[in-house]
Amino acid sequence: MKAAVITFPGSNCDRDLFDAFAKAGDEVVKVWHKETELPAGIDVIGIPGGFSFGDYLRCGAIASRSPIGQAVVDFAQRGGYVLGVCNGFQVLTEMGLLPGALMRNAGLKFISKPVALTVTTADSAFTSGYDKGQEILIPIAHAEGNYQIDAEGLKQLQGEDRVAFRYVENPNGATDDIAGVLSANRRVLGMMPHPERVVEPAQGGTDGAALFRALSSGMAAA
Amino acid sequence: MKARVHVMLKDGVLDPQGEAVRAALGHMGFSGVAAVRQGKVIELDLAATDTAAAEAEVKAMCEKLLANTVIEKYTVEIA
Repeated sequence: MKAAVITFPGSNCDRDLFDAFAKAGDEVVKVWHKETELPAGIDVIGIPGGFSFGDYLRCGAIASRSPIGQAVVDFAQRGGYVLGVCNGFQVLTEMGLLPGALMRNAGLKFISKPVALTVTTADSAFTSGYDKGQEILIPIAHAEGNYQIDAEGLKQLQGEDRVAFRYVENPNGATDDIAGVLSANRRVLGMMPHPERVVEPAQGGTDGAALFRALSSGMAAA
Repeated sequence: MKARVHVMLKDGVLDPQGEAVRAALGHMGFSGVAAVRQGKVIELDLAATDTAAAEAEVKAMCEKLLANTVIEKYTVEIA
């Protein structure tokens, strides 16, 4: 499978995400935000963590409207797979590819630590390598990870089994302990925790590796 | 022509920053501040000369970029 990792000014997890895809056996290409088209034959796009455009205006807002942004939206609307981690999750909500918004942590502090997550659904190419209900340890590092969505939107996410991960102990005030959500077609995943930071033992954990492995083998053609 | 956009969190959306400011005011002895909501003011210098056209254009900017209408509301003043 062929993955593209997008780099914005201020992205700082793009190399980790690149390595995580590569370790799972994917061919990976880097794409600069000023490109207006994706390279041919891309199966999955990774939008990395960091502080794209210095978090100006709102986290992810400027990145979501950057030249490559429209290509990402078109790709997702054609049924392409997109993984957004941390700032990448914020970008996906700003693009309108995922519902809700990510707001300042309830405790106002930047939180950087490993957190326990429950895999809420195994029914997606991203989460099929886990068991539903499995507990995994993935680091978070964010100040704006407080997922907010209105009551109607939340009911829809729950009803359609689109909450991918929940925090075991809510660190940031997120509605319904939500750490990651899927799009309606289950091919776009946004999550605040960083699975790319735990794909090999040298990183202190390997609980993120199953996500990239499952994705690499489980993607259907767009 | 100048435009001023006020962006505020919608009513009912928790504003942790506003709450922190409220608490700080309380520590400083400003009692009686029941709530603080924090927003943004964005000023634009526009080439447009027609007020109605300028207002429509700025509203489009708000919908597409300046505000996240999932959580924020906005008002536009043209001067």
